[in-house]
Amino acid sequence: MMRFIQKLRGALAVTLLAAGLALAAAPAPAQAQAPASPGAPAQASEQMLFNYLQGNVQGRTSIPDPRSATLIQPQGRDFQHFWRTTLKWIGGIAVGGMLVVLVIFYATRGKIRIAAGPSGRTIERFNGIERFAHWITASTFIILGITGLNISFGRELLLPIMGPEAFTTWSQWGKIAHNFLSFPFTLGVLLMLVIWIKDNIPSGADVAWFASGGGLVGHGHPPAKRFNGGQKVIFWAVVLGGGAIAVTGFIMMFPFQFVTTMDGMQLATQLHGIISLVLIAIILAHIYIGSIGMEGAFDAMGSGKVDLNWAKEHHSLWVDEVMSAGRGAPQAPPGARKAGAD
Amino acid sequence: MARMKFLCDADRCIECNACVTACKNEHEVPWGINRRRVVTISDGKPGERSISMACMHCTDAPCAAVCPVDCFYTTADGVVLHSKDLCIGCGYCFYACPFGAPQYPRLGNFGSRGKMDKCTYCAGGPEADSTMAEYAKYGSNRLAEGKLPLCAEMCSTKSLLAGDGDIIAQIYAERVTRRGYGSGAWGWRVAYKDVTTG
Repeated sequence: MMRFIQKLRGALAVTLLAAGLALAAAPAPAQAQAPASPGAPAQASEQMLFNYLQGNVQGRTSIPDPRSATLIQPQGRDFQHFWRTTLKWIGGIAVGGMLVVLVIFYATRGKIRIAAGPSGRTIERFNGIERFAHWITASTFIILGITGLNISFGRELLLPIMGPEAFTTWSQWGKIAHNFLSFPFTLGVLLMLVIWIKDNIPSGADVAWFASGGGLVGHGHPPAKRFNGGQKVIFWAVVLGGGAIAVTGFIMMFPFQFVTTMDGMQLATQLHGIISLVLIAIILAHIYIGSIGMEGAFDAMGSGKVDLNWAKEHHSLWVDEVMSAGRGAPQAPPGARKAGAD
Repeated sequence: MARMKFLCDADRCIECNACVTACKNEHEVPWGINRRRVVTISDGKPGERSISMACMHCTDAPCAAVCPVDCFYTTADGVVLHSKDLCIGCGYCFYACPFGAPQYPRLGNFGSRGKMDKCTYCAGGPEADSTMAEYAKYGSNRLAEGKLPLCAEMCSTKSLLAGDGDIIAQIYAERVTRRGYGSGAWGWRVAYKDVTTG
């Protein structure tokens, strides 16, 4: 009831004030209606200006800061709504949903084994530079992701546990790490783009690969070149998504310098959040399949050498290419049994 | 309980900037930070208006909603304050604020904006009232002394009104009725939506 009365009073006051009182009845002490004075100067009412300027009310100030000349930017309320509601729902569903899916997947499908069993013979899959590019991106992305999630969800999840002071200290360090690690992350993404783009051009084999359920869902082993369809998706998600995150992130780090408008800064911040959260969800699946999800997969980025049977099952066309070219012919790590010695 | 608000009668403001100066002096606000400013719209044209603007102490404040470390709080008087001890200087409140109130002591490259500063409605911060610690971070606490914000108190044309929202709205309504025109309570629609009482 109180709320209703408040609303009534609120509605009355807003009608009176925002409409410039020209039309509305005057409150109690005034007896007569106040007609719009014909002699009054052209009225610069707030509502009129909003309609005219479609958003920001811009003026002039004596302060040497052009941004201070914006009197009101009502879209700040939209930014508030986005940050409080839209981003949290999208991010929560993307990241949380992916975690749930992966747990369910691991529980039902379990670890994907090498069907023929490990052969004991290895083939070089990624050389040192490739692994460097991967791990500089991966290690920084993990820290960037955690500190970024902290900005998006820490207030709800960590603040009640840690308490305000500890949470601020942690977030302050997180922010510094987030800012500075953006540089090696960007370098890593650029390196991977240059190194792997030639192997990641989509082709007809990818369609067939997806049609047969790929390596994760399907049980068959559709032929694939150096990168299968799923890996190409990851590559382009990282290159395009990571690139977009880097661009929007640098815009945020140098506020109003690359992008000079409030709308632009708000958009950059919103895009940075959304794209990052979606990419985090995608990368969670990538981490899963590259570690506990599949036998033999981690070696590709670990030692750089994968088991020959694993390679034949997952990248048959690539193995054929390498074999016929003679490059990277099956070789054993130092000290291991020579291929064919058994 | 009073619900404190600002109301600038744009038909009275003569752009003397005394509110800006008074604010800077009262709180010893550092160079480069402007808790209050006067914006002139349609400058030199018919219908020119000047409006003194600062933090409007919004209902459901956008700054508080987007703050990643939850450093804002609303007092019983409806004044929106924040803790500089908790602020990490991320700058999100500046994007969310409809009135450009949050100010930062540094430029902002590499996230080094420093602790956010804004109008406190002359009500200090989370520290104990009227202490040196409070003064150093937030300026003087006139509300604790039973006084209203200095900017409004010393406005020569009584254009800038501060006080309980219902009372200053009433004063403004009476003015508009008497003189027959008024350009509205600037920012109230965005700041308080349909809720005008605390």
